[in-house]
Amino acid sequence: MPVDPSLVGREFPAPAPLTVTPDRVAAFAAAVGHPGESVPPTFPIVLAFDAMQAFLDAERIDLHRIVHGEQRFAYVRPLAAGDELSATLTVTGLRQIGGADIIATTSEITDATGAVVCTGKATLVHSGGAA
Amino acid sequence: MNAGDTLETKTFTITRADLVAYADASGDHNPIHQDEGVARSVGLPGVIAHGMYTLALVGRAVAEWTGGAEVVDVGAKFTSPVVVPAEGGAEVVIGGTVKSVADGLVTLALEVTCDGQKVLGMPKAVVKHVDRA
Repeated sequence: MPVDPSLVGREFPAPAPLTVTPDRVAAFAAAVGHPGESVPPTFPIVLAFDAMQAFLDAERIDLHRIVHGEQRFAYVRPLAAGDELSATLTVTGLRQIGGADIIATTSEITDATGAVVCTGKATLVHSGGAA
Repeated sequence: MNAGDTLETKTFTITRADLVAYADASGDHNPIHQDEGVARSVGLPGVIAHGMYTLALVGRAVAEWTGGAEVVDVGAKFTSPVVVPAEGGAEVVIGGTVKSVADGLVTLALEVTCDGQKVLGMPKAVVKHVDRA
């Protein structure tokens, strides 16, 4: 079943903020073997994923029909322990290729003051399967 | 780092156990990264690594190359899946060169392959330049 084209421009916030705790960072770093003390640069995916899941839930899209097509993170400043981050995903584009929906999204990741820390741009490939 | 420098190629192995650990750490429990049947049901060749796992390995390589320099930009297209077998693992090879050093930023050109095939399209990493005199 194709994704609703009126989605473009709609916003989906992650349901809860994420506090960047040393434990959370250490668990993520351990899972990917990231060295040293710095926060792995792909760490904000934890929150961007929550925003994406909110989007999928709202549109009743099954996660297992989604493959990640592209992801970029552009930083305004590095993440630091203690940051309380929020994310809002905006659907920025939608097209169909060969029966799949190519969903373009931007997730603004902001700190407790509302300042943008990092912007994530993702493409999600949705294979609709039987409607 | 100077423009044109070739960085030491990094090889990382991804196992199914790594994908379980990554799912727990990232919150991404998509079953295409765990369950052969589900993966095949949506047209994939088998269980595949999270694209973000492969991209995290890029982050790891960059941190190892630069001594943990501040990353200002990282990203890629996930052009070909990294299929992770139930036994053993998939080997991801990350090569890099310094593309440019300008305005306090180092841009790396990357090539990320598995079984000799490119798995990331337009992989990019930009870090703050740190002078190690």
